[in-house]
Amino acid sequence: MVVDEYDPQGEARLNDQEWFVAAWLLGASAIRVSTPLVLAALGGLMSERAGVINIALEGMMLVGAFAAAATAYSTHSPWIGAGAGAVAGSGLALIYGFAVIRLRTNQIVAGTAINMMAMGLVPFVSKLLYGVTGSTPALSITDRFHWEPTGWAVFLTVAIWGWMRATPSGLWMQFAGEHPVALAAAGVRVNRVRWACVALSGALAGLGGAALSTFLSSSYSRNMTAGRGFMALAALIFGKWKPVPTAAACLLFGVADALQIRLQGVVLWGTEPIPVQFIQILPYIVTVFVLAGFVGNSRPPQSLGLPYESR
Amino acid sequence: MNRFLTTLRPFLAVALGLTLGLGLTIIAGESPIHVLKVLAKSAFGSPYDIGMTLFYATPLLLTGLSVSIALQAGLFNVGAEGQLVLGTLAAAAVGASYPNLPSPLAPILAGLAAFTVGAAWGAIPGWLRAKRGSHEVINTIMLNFVAAGLASYVTLYWLKNPDSQNPETAPVGPGYLIHQFATFGDSHVSTASLLALAVAGGLAFLLRRTVLGFELRAVGQSPRAARAAGISVGRMQIIAMALAGGVAGLVGVGEVLGNAGKFRLGFSPDYGFIGIAVALLGRTRPLGVLAAALLFGALHKGSADLDLETENVTRELSLVLQSLVIFCVSADGLWSWMNTIRKEKRA
Repeated sequence: MVVDEYDPQGEARLNDQEWFVAAWLLGASAIRVSTPLVLAALGGLMSERAGVINIALEGMMLVGAFAAAATAYSTHSPWIGAGAGAVAGSGLALIYGFAVIRLRTNQIVAGTAINMMAMGLVPFVSKLLYGVTGSTPALSITDRFHWEPTGWAVFLTVAIWGWMRATPSGLWMQFAGEHPVALAAAGVRVNRVRWACVALSGALAGLGGAALSTFLSSSYSRNMTAGRGFMALAALIFGKWKPVPTAAACLLFGVADALQIRLQGVVLWGTEPIPVQFIQILPYIVTVFVLAGFVGNSRPPQSLGLPYESR
Repeated sequence: MNRFLTTLRPFLAVALGLTLGLGLTIIAGESPIHVLKVLAKSAFGSPYDIGMTLFYATPLLLTGLSVSIALQAGLFNVGAEGQLVLGTLAAAAVGASYPNLPSPLAPILAGLAAFTVGAAWGAIPGWLRAKRGSHEVINTIMLNFVAAGLASYVTLYWLKNPDSQNPETAPVGPGYLIHQFATFGDSHVSTASLLALAVAGGLAFLLRRTVLGFELRAVGQSPRAARAAGISVGRMQIIAMALAGGVAGLVGVGEVLGNAGKFRLGFSPDYGFIGIAVALLGRTRPLGVLAAALLFGALHKGSADLDLETENVTRELSLVLQSLVIFCVSADGLWSWMNTIRKEKRA
C-alpha cells in the first residue's frame, strides 16, 4: 500500500458537469478493477460451499497471473493465456486438494503453505524463462483483453447461481459443505465432489489472476495480486457465500479501490491530501463487522473446514 | 519403538520437505548438493552468518510462540503479522516521541508499548470470537490488512522521517538502542534474542506450571469440559489471543531497538505467516518452536546468497522449501496414507 507524493496540483474543485464525468469514470474503473475480484471470489465460493476453506486464493491468483502473462506473450493470444492461467491455478489447487482432502491436513496451514509456495515458485520459473525474477515482458495491446474478462465475470456469476439452484450437481456441492453425511447417504462420494469443486476453485482464481495481468495491466509484475485473493475472500463472506451478493460485494470493494486510486494526493478540504489508507482498509473492516453480526448476518457453511472421512 | 518413531517423525518430515525442494533445483540445471552447500555456508559459514541466522530466528521464535499460545487454547492466530507490525510501530512511536529518555528506562518503556499494542490488537479477534462467535481465522486475516493500512497512515502522516525519502518513521533517541553482540560481526543480533528466549521459557512455565496455563490448555482441548469445570471459555480465549498478540508485538524490540532504530514500512518478510509453520513444526512446545525457528532462520539467511552463488536459483527458493516442509510436517495423513499404499502393494 504505497501512497503517491503530495501533489498540490491534484487539488480538486469540480463543477456539476465535471462531477458527473468523474462519477462515470469512477464507475467504469470500479467495474474494471472488480473483475479479477469477482472471478477469484467465485472460486472461493466453489471451494467453501463444498466445505473446503480456501485462504490459498491469493497464491492461485498469483500463479494464474504469471502463467497467463507468460503464455499470452509467447503465443500472442490472451485467450490461450487465460486458459494457461486457469490450468496453473487449478494445478496449484490440486496440490492443495491432495493436502486437505486426501491427507486431511489442516486447511489453514495448507492454505498458508500454498500461498508461500506460489510466491516462491513464480520467481523460480520466471528466472528460468526470462532470467529475471521481477516481471514478464510487456504485452502489446493486441495481445491483451479489452473487456472480455468482465463478460466472463458477469456470465459466471449468473451461471453459478443458476447451477446451484437448478441442478443436482449444484446441490451436491452445497450438501458437501453443509451436511456431507447426508450426501454420502444419498450415494454420492463426498470427497469426489470436493475434489472437483477445489479444482474449479483454482481455475476460477487462476482466471482472476489472468484478468489481472492481461486485462488490468499488460504484464505480470512482482507479487501483483497484493492481497486481492484475501479481498476476494472478504467479499465472499460479505456476500454471505452466495454468488450474486458476492459479486455485488466485489463491485462495492471495486468502488472503494477505484476511489482510493483517484483520491491519491487529492485535497478536498483543508491543506492535507486525503489519507487513502482509510479507504484501503474499509473492505476489511466491513467484513469483520459483518462476520460479527453487527451489520446483517453471515453464516458459513456448516461443515466448512472439517475433513470428511468415508466409512 | 513406536514412541521413538513418533519423535523421529518431524525430523523425517523436514528431511523429506528439503529433499523435495532441493530436487526442484535439478529442473533449473543446478546440482542440489551445490545448492545445499550454498545454503549451509551462507547460514553458518562465519560468525557474521551465524549472527544473521540468529537475527532472523528471533522474530520467528516470537511469532512461532505467538501462534503456539493461541493453538494451545484452541485458536488459530493468523494475525501475528498485523500484531507484530503494530507492536513494532508502537516501539518506534515511543522512541520517536520521547527521544531523550535515558537508557535502562527507554528500551523497557518501548518494549512494554510493543507488547501492549500487540496484545490489544490480538485481543480484538479474541473478543470477537468469545462474544460474537465469529471465526478468529478470518478476523485475523482481515485485521492484518487493517494493521498494514494503519501503520502506513501513522508512518506517513504522523511520524514521517523528515530526513529520508523512504517510508519510515523518525529515528528513536540514542537511549533506546540495546546491546548488539560484537562476537557476530556486523550482524544485528542483540539482547532482543535473549528476551525472546526468556519469553519462550516464561511461556513454558506459564503453560505447564500455573493455573492460568492449565485453564488455557483445558479450553484448547475441550471447551465443553472446560466450561463444565467452571472455566470461563470466552475469558480464556481473549487472554490467549491477547498474549499471542503481545508476544508477536515484541518483534519490535529486536527490529527497532536492536536493528533499524525506526519503523520501516514493509520490514517484515512475512514473519507472522512463517510463524505458523514454526509453531507447527515445533508442535507448539516452546523448545520445539525454538528449534524450528532456528531452522527457518537458517533457511531464510541461507537462501539470501542463492542469487549470487548459483546460476538459476533465486532466494525465493526458501519460500518453496518452507512450504514443502510445512506440508510434510503438518500432513498427519501422510503417514497413514503411505501405510495404506504399502498395504495395497502387498495385497
